[in-house]
Order: sequence, then C-alpha cells, then structure tokens
Amino acid sequence: MVAINLWSSLTRFTEGARVVEVEAETVGGALDGLVAAHPGLGPIIEAGVSVVVDGEIAPNRHTKVPQGAEVVLMQRLKGG
Amino acid sequence: MAKDEFKEFKLVGTRPDRPDGLDKVTGRARYGADISAPGMLWAAVLRSPHAHARIVRIDTSKAEALTGVKAVITRADFPTGLTGEDWNLQENTMAGERALYDGHAVAAVAATSKLRAEEAVRLIEVEYEVLPHVIDVDDAIKPDAPVIREGAADATVPEGMPPNVVRYMEFGRGDVEAGFAEADLVMEKTYKTEATHQGYIEPHACMGQLGADGKGEMWVCTQGQWFIRKMCTAVLGLETSQLRVTPSEIGGGFGGKTTIFMEPLSLALSKKAGGKPVKLVMSRSDVLRATGPTASASMDVKIGMKKDGTITGARAEFRMQGGAFPGSPVDMALYCCFAPYKLKNVEHVGYDVLANRPKCAAYRAPGSPMGAFAVESLLDEMCRELGVDPLDMRLKNAVREGDTASYGPKYGSIGLVETLEATKAHPNLSIPLGPNQGRGIAAGYWFNHNGETSVSLAISEDGTAQVSVGTPDIGGSRASIALMTAETLGIPYEDVRVNVVETGALGVNEPTHGSRATFASGKAAVVAAGHAITEMCRRAANEWGIDPEAVEWVDGAAQPAGDNAGKFPPMTIAEIAGKMGSTGGPISGHHESVPDGVGASFGCHVVDVEVDPETGRTTILRYLVVQDAGRAIHPAYVEGQYQGGAAQGIGWALNEAYIYGEDGRLQNSVFLDYRVPVASDLPMIDTVIVEVPNPGHPYGVRGVGETGITPPLPAIANAIQEATGARLCELPMSPPKVLAAIKAKGG
Repeated sequence: MVAINLWSSLTRFTEGARVVEVEAETVGGALDGLVAAHPGLGPIIEAGVSVVVDGEIAPNRHTKVPQGAEVVLMQRLKGG
Repeated sequence: MAKDEFKEFKLVGTRPDRPDGLDKVTGRARYGADISAPGMLWAAVLRSPHAHARIVRIDTSKAEALTGVKAVITRADFPTGLTGEDWNLQENTMAGERALYDGHAVAAVAATSKLRAEEAVRLIEVEYEVLPHVIDVDDAIKPDAPVIREGAADATVPEGMPPNVVRYMEFGRGDVEAGFAEADLVMEKTYKTEATHQGYIEPHACMGQLGADGKGEMWVCTQGQWFIRKMCTAVLGLETSQLRVTPSEIGGGFGGKTTIFMEPLSLALSKKAGGKPVKLVMSRSDVLRATGPTASASMDVKIGMKKDGTITGARAEFRMQGGAFPGSPVDMALYCCFAPYKLKNVEHVGYDVLANRPKCAAYRAPGSPMGAFAVESLLDEMCRELGVDPLDMRLKNAVREGDTASYGPKYGSIGLVETLEATKAHPNLSIPLGPNQGRGIAAGYWFNHNGETSVSLAISEDGTAQVSVGTPDIGGSRASIALMTAETLGIPYEDVRVNVVETGALGVNEPTHGSRATFASGKAAVVAAGHAITEMCRRAANEWGIDPEAVEWVDGAAQPAGDNAGKFPPMTIAEIAGKMGSTGGPISGHHESVPDGVGASFGCHVVDVEVDPETGRTTILRYLVVQDAGRAIHPAYVEGQYQGGAAQGIGWALNEAYIYGEDGRLQNSVFLDYRVPVASDLPMIDTVIVEVPNPGHPYGVRGVGETGITPPLPAIANAIQEATGARLCELPMSPPKVLAAIKAKGG
C-alpha cells in the first residue's frame, strides 16, 4: 500500500481524508488508484500535478514508489 | 556526491570567455527582429482600447482594399472547439466575443511594409459595447465584481465562491491556533504587491510562414521552441510536427518568453497571404500592454513567535490575479513563502482570481518574491519587537536536510544553514550605518526544475565536440554545458561548441525555465558524452585487439586500464576521431529524460539603504547576495545571475508597477513611465557563492537563476523600516509612498 498525502482542500473529494492509501508500485499506479478511489479528483489530476516521492519530484509515471515511501501530491511545479 | 565531498575539477569552476560574447558585442548575434526572408510581409495588430468590451462588429473592408495589404485576420479565421488552456491561449492571441483587457488583440494585418500594415490597422472599424471592468485583485474577488468569464473555475473551487475565483487551495499541517497560543508574540498584517513586467530588453519578435498544405516554419525569440510549436499548432489546429521552430538569440526572457502571445498571428496571416513569410515585432507599448507580467497580490500573514525567536505557528492567505485567464502563481507563492523555516503548525490558503488585465506569464521564481515580501517583512517586524537578531532567528528556525518542508515533502540535501552562516560572516554586516540609513535582511527560496530534456553530442573529425541542446541560452548555459562536456571528455573548453537547435533536430525539450538549463541539459550532455566515451574506448580496443572493458578514458584519451590489458600508448580523442570514418562511422552520444535529482536553492540578501526624509527617495548604498549554487560551473555567470535577480527585485521593490486609470487602461506603457532600475541607480552588487553540492547532479548543480529575485522585496522593506521607522506593506515603495509613511508616523 502507498499512502498519498493530499493538499487539504482536496479533502472534499475524499470524504475528508487527508491521506489516501492505494495499492501501487509506481507513481502512475498511485495516481490511477487515487482517481479510482475518488473519481472527483480526476479533473485535478488530469490538469497536472507534481508527485514528490521521498523528497524528490518524481520525473515520470513509471517512477517506483518503495514500500513506506513518503508520497506528497502537489500542484504542478513550474518556473520562470 | 556526498554533501561533504568536494571534487576538484580542471574546468568546472573556472571562468573562460563566454561563447556568445564576440557575437553580442560586435552586433553579429541575430535576435528575433533580425530575421528576414525574400518576399516577407510585415504584420501589425489592432488592439482593444477598452479594459472590457463586447465586440459588436468588425469591418475590415477598408483595410483589405488598401494597396499592399495581403491579409487581414480576425478571430473568425481561427479554428473553433478548443478547450482548456488551448482555448485560453487562442482567446488571448485574438479576442473572440469580448475584449478582456486594454491591449487585447482584435484583428491583424499583413502588408508589404510595416508602415502600410500599421496604416491598414487604423482603417479597421470595430464597434464595442463597453462593459464594467475590474483591475484590483481585492475588488475582483468581491461577490458583486464584474464577471470576467462564467464557468472558468476549475474543480478545486467549491460552490458559492465569488465568480472570479478560478482556483482554490488549502494545505498545511499541525494546529496553527495552538501554535499561536504557544507564542509570546502574535502579529498579523496584510501586504500588497503590484504586477511587474519581466522588462526584457528585446521585445517579442517572430517571422512565421505557413502554407496551404499545413507545413510551416517559425523563427522566434523564445525560451522554448517546442512550447512555441505545441501552442501555435494547438491554437491553429495544425499537426505538431509540421511546424518547425527555430529560436533566435534572446535578449532576456525571465519567464515571459515561455509561452505565446502573438506568434500564431504571423502564421495565420502567412497562410492567408499565400504562404509568404510574415514578420511581427512588438513595440514596447505592446509588450507592456499585451504580454504577461507577473500577478498582483494581496496577502494576509499571521505568525506566532516565542521570545527566543522560535516560530510556533504560521498562516498565509494569498489572493492573486493573473489577468483575464487562470494561472496566477498563487500556488508557488504559498509553497515558497515559509519554505526556509521548520514549522510544526502551518496553514496556507490561496485564491487564483480573474481581472481585466493581460494574461500573466512566469516571472523569475513565479510567486516566490510576493510570498517572501509578506512573510519576511512580518518576521522582521517581529524580530524588532522581540529584540531578536534577524539572522539568528532565521538560523534557529532554518530547515535542514531531512526536515519536512512547509509545503509537505522532506528536504534532501539543502544549504540554507550554510547560506545564513556565510551571510553572518560577511564584512558588510559590520559596516556602521549613518543617519537615515538602515539595513535589511531577508531569505528566499526556489525549488529549481527538471523537465523534458533531449541532448545530442557529436565528435568531429578533429577530436572537437559539438553539443545540440534544446534549451535557449538566457543566462550562460552554453558556457556551463561546454565546461561540463569538456571536463567529462577531457578536452579544452574551447574545443566544445554548444548549439541551441530547432525543433526538427531533437526530441521535445521544455523551455529554459525553472532554473533548469544547466542542471537538465548539462546532466544530459554529461551522459551523452559518456556514451561517446564508451564508443571511443571500443574503437581503441578494436585497434589494439583487446577487450573494450579493458580500456579506460583518461584526460581525453583511451588507454589500457592496467598492465594486464596490454601495453599501448594512449590514443587521443583526435586520433580516434580522425579515423572514425574507417573504424565504424560517426561517433556520437545522445540522452533524453526528465532528469531526477533536482536540488533546491536558498538565498539570503542584506541591503543597506539611505532614505531622504525630505523626498522619500531610497538609495541603495550596498547590496549583498548570498546563495547556494550547489556547484558554480562558471562562477562569473552565477554571480551575474545573483546580481541580475537582485537588480530586478530592487526595481520591483522601489519603482516598478502597472498603473491603471479609472477607465482600466494602462497608463505607463513605455519605459520612461515604467521605471526599471538602470546602472546608475545601483551600486556594485556583492555576491557570495555558497557551494553545497547537489548529489543529484554529476557536477553538483542546483540551478541559480531564480532564487535571487526572491529576497530583495522584503530586504529593502526591512531596511527602510530601520532607516525611517516606517513599515511599508505595499509595493512599490516609491518616494511618495515612503514620504507618506514617514509623515504618518510623525516623522
């Protein structure tokens, strides 16, 4: 299981849960599992998010998520 | 690379001549407006004189009848049915049913000369129905504000919010109220910053050519040729690969050239004019009225602090308008504002709000300077109230590796403590101050970025190397990539030429943004060089008749890895390259990825000011930038980035602002009235490069372009308070505002 930490205003799509657990081994799997569990998150994930795994921004959907890793969902990071 | 391991390099860390220097000082460099082609037409754009108006009717017949006019376009010439950000880009390129801001394009002309195109634009008749407008973010968020666009809010916005709120966010942890209860001092204030423009010297310019077969080319001044390709083809309904985009030399970008504003117009005009190339160059007024500045912000911050300077709780609520389209950097501002501090109790709330202003674009650490202005200003006031040294407070609360960032994840290797300690040790802090003088300190943060990256490297017949990158050089990346490539190959810096190439030459590259070019393209170039080295070792092994595994690469030559491998003299890169045609063909390396290992960067600035109590004018006496670079590949460029960020921040703090009239029209759309700092306004800016190597990069690079614009806004506000006793919470801190603040406190 992977525990995904959400930003708190997403809790209205997750029945109040700030942390959602899904079965996944990769970032893509975690995002898919998140949307499957809470379809209301679909448009937000689709619009683009950054996923941080153990302090590092995951470079792609295939990035492995180790058991017990810290996974944080963030708005998509960009720069100037 | 371990944090405490510091490898010595032969080239990395040196200061060779910049590869673009001669071209730029002799005028040989070709910028966007320098491009021309046989049969080329010139374009001009008609822009709305109203902040918000329904377009009732457009009559282009007189313009079309003018001799020399080859094409006139309106929104009717664009495809329909776009959605999401593609629709936003199209709508911003050319207004549809309504003009949404002063300067919004409503029609465009291509003609045989620039003057003829401008004359034709004046013949276009537009009937407008002027609508109520809103400019200020706090006005725009009111429930009864003029509605910019129904249905623009995304799924994050709960029902019942004001109509111009298009994105909403909350995040944090702990219990902020408990944190405030634990504090010896709780302070809460509201801060406002105005929109400012990136102020690049070179206005936007392009030449587009598009045939009836849907194949086209574009030459353009941009930070990202693949973004130009993707956005233009989306707006015009073209196949992506049929448009080839070549970037010109670039006269500044700072984030403002990571998107499109007028580029599709040249392509649409070209197609309508039978495929002739069409050149479009913005005036400065067009740039200021119709390209993206950063957002304006209104920010509430509340912080609790103990007598010893420990922060016990912090809350930020930011409202930002990014023009008539979603996309203000309110999220980034919130992520960055408390990032330097280890906080148990923290709460963030953000609103992205529409207003009748141009569509904002990224500007150097988008959002972070505004957030820093609010938080670092309040922290400074609290330190003064409690008698705590501002640097000691920052050191006490500073985040370290393994700490949880205010925005959620844990930090990897970071250098904030080293940066603060280097600041504390700098001699500028012990220079005595005189009357009406003050010293201000502030910290700042930027994530840095990776992004899609593709690089090719080819060994030439003489043993030199060329590197093809997709990231335009806006701050020295050609020099830094050449240094890293040369270091890896073991050849002189001068033997490497780095070329910024067009979209047909590589896979997709994100723009040069997020301080990523030296990190991402540099990392890819190092990997590509490694592939070339592997191949050169193989060629040498074949010549010697030994196993390729028994060959190593040392100082630009292949050599047997040990006595057991055989006794052969080293084979240099020139010797291997000279024979490559007969030993297997071209030798090259290639790498593409979204690289991992991004390293964040912290900075700390110290500024001394003198404020004239009679006029309110602030003079910068001395300025110090201390920032963690990870590893400075070319220190002179790094220092230049630090100084440039500080200079832009000083302008934002003291003078720059978009000034709108009651009619919603921009009042200061030329550089005489939009006052950026010039050389005579500034002292030499002192720099200290802190080097805590990023373990995620082969040479320790973090990225240095953006953090430097973050601390100046609060640092100068803090210095002005010390000089005058007056605290300014709104930017710019121009002489009239400073004078009013001095008088308000009885000065």
